[in-house]
Amino acid sequence: MLDISNLHVTVGAKEILKGLNLKVNEGEVHAIMGPNGSGKSTLSKVLAGHPDYAVASGTIHYDINFKPKNLLDLAPDERARAGIFLAYQYPVEVPGVNNAEFLRAAFNAICRDQGVEEMDPLDFDSYLREKIQFLGMDAKFMDRQLNVDFSGGEKKRNEILQMAVLAPRLAILDETDSGLDVDSLRLVSEGVNKLRSDSNAVVLITHYQRILSYIVPDFVHILANGQIIKSGDKSLALEIEERGYDWLLN
Amino acid sequence: MAADAVKSPFSNREYKYGFVTDVESESFPKGLNEDVIRRLSAIKEEPDFVLDFRLKAYRHWLKMVEPKWAHVAYPPIDFQDLRYYSAPKKKGDGPKSLEDVDAEIIATFNRLGIPLSEQKRLTGVAVDAVFDSVSVATTHKAELGKVGVIFCSFSEALREHPELVKKWLGSVVPYKDNFYAALNSAVFSDGSFVYIPKGVRCPLELSTYFRINAAETGQFERTLIIAEEGSHVSYLEGCTAPMRDENQLHAAVVELVALDNAEIKYSTVQNWYAGDREGKGGIYNFVTKRGLCSGYRSKISWTQVETGSAITWKYPSVILQGDSSVGEFYSVALTNNKMQADTGTKMIHIGKNTTSKIISKGISADESVNSYRGQVRILPSAENARNFSQCDSMLVGNKSSANTYPYIEIKNKTAKVEHEATTSKISAEQIFYLKSRGLDDEGAISLLLNGFCKEVFKELPLEFSVEAVRLLEMKLEGSVG
Repeated sequence: MLDISNLHVTVGAKEILKGLNLKVNEGEVHAIMGPNGSGKSTLSKVLAGHPDYAVASGTIHYDINFKPKNLLDLAPDERARAGIFLAYQYPVEVPGVNNAEFLRAAFNAICRDQGVEEMDPLDFDSYLREKIQFLGMDAKFMDRQLNVDFSGGEKKRNEILQMAVLAPRLAILDETDSGLDVDSLRLVSEGVNKLRSDSNAVVLITHYQRILSYIVPDFVHILANGQIIKSGDKSLALEIEERGYDWLLN
Repeated sequence: MAADAVKSPFSNREYKYGFVTDVESESFPKGLNEDVIRRLSAIKEEPDFVLDFRLKAYRHWLKMVEPKWAHVAYPPIDFQDLRYYSAPKKKGDGPKSLEDVDAEIIATFNRLGIPLSEQKRLTGVAVDAVFDSVSVATTHKAELGKVGVIFCSFSEALREHPELVKKWLGSVVPYKDNFYAALNSAVFSDGSFVYIPKGVRCPLELSTYFRINAAETGQFERTLIIAEEGSHVSYLEGCTAPMRDENQLHAAVVELVALDNAEIKYSTVQNWYAGDREGKGGIYNFVTKRGLCSGYRSKISWTQVETGSAITWKYPSVILQGDSSVGEFYSVALTNNKMQADTGTKMIHIGKNTTSKIISKGISADESVNSYRGQVRILPSAENARNFSQCDSMLVGNKSSANTYPYIEIKNKTAKVEHEATTSKISAEQIFYLKSRGLDDEGAISLLLNGFCKEVFKELPLEFSVEAVRLLEMKLEGSVG
């Protein structure tokens, strides 16, 4: 469903991604690991369509209705409505905007795009409550202002709640595990696992092996200096845990 | 609603009310002196007391200087370089009924979304349409007359109900009040007059639509609303003007009086032309609005959505004279490009157990300057007075600025006054975050705006809140990118 080929990305004058290749199919979980500054977050921002990240060359194809489309032609909101979801490493606080109202507006924007009937506030309320329960979260999340005064862990869980509500086809989790204590990590991971299916895929960006023992990846890729330098199965993550990255870089 | 609007998040929206109506008009030559005022009064066939009022105001105005304390900057206004009267030329004796109103003017109001003809009228809303210096039509008069409600142009009120006007004119905003109120008192041309008799709940929403059309002409309207004991009225005003390179002056006076147990709800959607991106042209909106809660448990509530004008200088206020009276002020003021707004309110507590509430939301984008200025005064007589003020500012981009100037004066120890203020910022990251969940520009801005302004929007009459929200969204879309 996702095919990234020879991708070069610059931020300002600096080249961050230098010829990255990655293929993701339905039903797969890909973990992307790598040292600091290797370009992991850049990859996630480029997929979401952040305007600060300029694609210098290369292609990203993403299947919409079983046909590969050039993802770079789509605006960030179009990508979201086509099923791409980025769980941010640092979710933005949006004062004044109610979490539940925001989720309903986003959900209905996707419904409209897909020609499905929008959900009215009452139905959406039950739908949202169901998802909150499913993720073992507190119902108070609904009435809070979007990410405002959320703890680090709460922000991450709110991202997963959004993912549960919007049911994306391709979820990119950008260091969702960082800053989570063991219990939160388990809850968030269980949440992600419950959302896995044959028709969707997860790209999991992380520093640590830890989350991969909860969300077991089909593939592990090592991103270093703007390229994927090694791919393997879950055992690669364990090897990294043990030996670090240096042996791969030299 | 705005199907014609082409969406472009980076370019400025066209001001869609900026057209000029080609209508033959009768205008005074430029300049102001006592003869101009006498001529104006004669044209309007006013009673003598009005001319006296005008001349006293004029003579006082000559001795006054323009206020300089507001946080706005503009070149000096040459008051001799303005026309003080311009009206569409009358056919014969002037419009007796709607059928006699110039078709061009009817078309103008249609284009502004204010149909005046019997068939197309807004349901539940009676409209007084003011075009330059005169009221051209007032709808639903007969229907209102049945319950004793008087809703007519100010000029008509002077002819038909001089005793009422005489009793209340200048009672809330004396002609000496301030520079622009004095100027208005000298040269006011038209406006609306509302009288709600004892115990009547006005069956319709009353509304005045102000349109400036003529060039180089000031608009000086005057509105007077009297709510007798136990009555209730909701009134809304809207305003637009053509796009011109010169600045135009709009100096209005609004006076409200609420007697025992009466309630007046006054809402404004102000969308005067604000000038272009470089700050050229636009209306100077220098307005004095004040309500007097004279009676026991009376209530006056101001709600304003200010989106236009090059410069706004406006402080709708309430004098809480009657015991247990209530004053409210809900405001959303949006500035973009090079607009300057200095707006807020005054709550003057005189009576016992009086309460006031101030909710102000300022949004400043581009290079605009948006200031809240509010005064809460608790006089020694005001036992157990309460005030709650909340002033929130939202900045869009890095070049805009927001200021808050609260003045609190408490002369009675039993008073409880609370003031809260916040400043937040719409960042490109917030917009991106919302968009990356599937919301388009419009949806993202709408969510942010509604979130920020919801306490004010819910105070607007339902028919107008959608329009007002849409107006704000359109203004802001050009500034968030």
